Amino acid sequence: MIETWEIWLVIVGLGIGSFLLRFSFTGLVGGRALPEWLLRHLRYTAVAILPGLVAPLVVWPAATGGAPDAPRMLAAAAALLTGLVTRNVLAAMFVGAATLYLALYLL
Amino acid sequence: MTPSTPNRDFWRGLRDGLPFLLVITPFGLLFGVVATEAGLNVYETLSFSIVVIAGAAQFTALQLMVDDVPALITLVSALAVNLRMAMYSAALTPYLGAAPVWQRALIAYFTLDQSFATATAKYESTPDMALKNRVAYFFGAALAVSPAWWVATLAGAMLGKSIPDWMALDFAVPITFLALIAPMLRTLPHVLAALVSIVVALVFAFLPYNLGLLVAGVAGMMAGAELERQLRMRSGQGGTS
Repeated sequence: MIETWEIWLVIVGLGIGSFLLRFSFTGLVGGRALPEWLLRHLRYTAVAILPGLVAPLVVWPAATGGAPDAPRMLAAAAALLTGLVTRNVLAAMFVGAATLYLALYLL
Repeated sequence: MTPSTPNRDFWRGLRDGLPFLLVITPFGLLFGVVATEAGLNVYETLSFSIVVIAGAAQFTALQLMVDDVPALITLVSALAVNLRMAMYSAALTPYLGAAPVWQRALIAYFTLDQSFATATAKYESTPDMALKNRVAYFFGAALAVSPAWWVATLAGAMLGKSIPDWMALDFAVPITFLALIAPMLRTLPHVLAALVSIVVALVFAFLPYNLGLLVAGVAGMMAGAELERQLRMRSGQGGTS
């Protein structure tokens, strides 16, 4: 059983800490211009973080206890390819989900 | 083309963020279920999602509390999982840094993987957006997903029912993010950044507290920035930067 004070300590502490992380640059730097080399790196934040976030989930899915799983790999590939070809987020999601269910059913 | 109004951009952001409901809703339900199973009451569970509003960090904190880890270590670990938010903040600064401080504070609170990804994709594809329109778009994208996170948490805490396994909802997260990333891979440096990120994230997956992701993020950003610099130098527009 978790103590009530501990729950609230973690909720409030994590809330404040997360806010400070999220406010770190927009809050401190604000409207001042950032150096070009830094901007050049920041342009790649999304494409550098999100694939790294997803990759372990695709290769070692939690639902299979971390064992690589063909339907999930196929679904990930289908979503990625559809997104690359159509440049359409919704189409990629739909094809990815359809592939997952079809593969889970068939394989 | 006539410039869009902030009002219209708000609704556009809302619409572009809506697909993420497919991720947020099951994830929030699951958090509600797991938190109440861990002994939190409905009020504590909902407060968790409103105050912290970060799925992965919340799950981490909950798991560590269940494992009886000291509160301080729980806090530090969950914050480490959230370190990527500082990178998101840095990436948003060139686009939103000039907004009034109260708006920036609200934007900070609403910075999630989903709102960040939606907004950045838009800012990159529409570089001439005015500041007001960017802010309006961000709030649209944020309000598409954040209330659903709270409501789903509450529903999960109250219903306490598990989501059936056959729905394979664990995979909603990878599919929606892949669908969002793919159209962002417009240039060679973007592709390289993504590839480096994937390889490094897998190699460093053994690191605790999700630190492998941070290493992957920095490596991917450096790879993308360096290739961009080299390509620009080769095409003779490099200058000093």
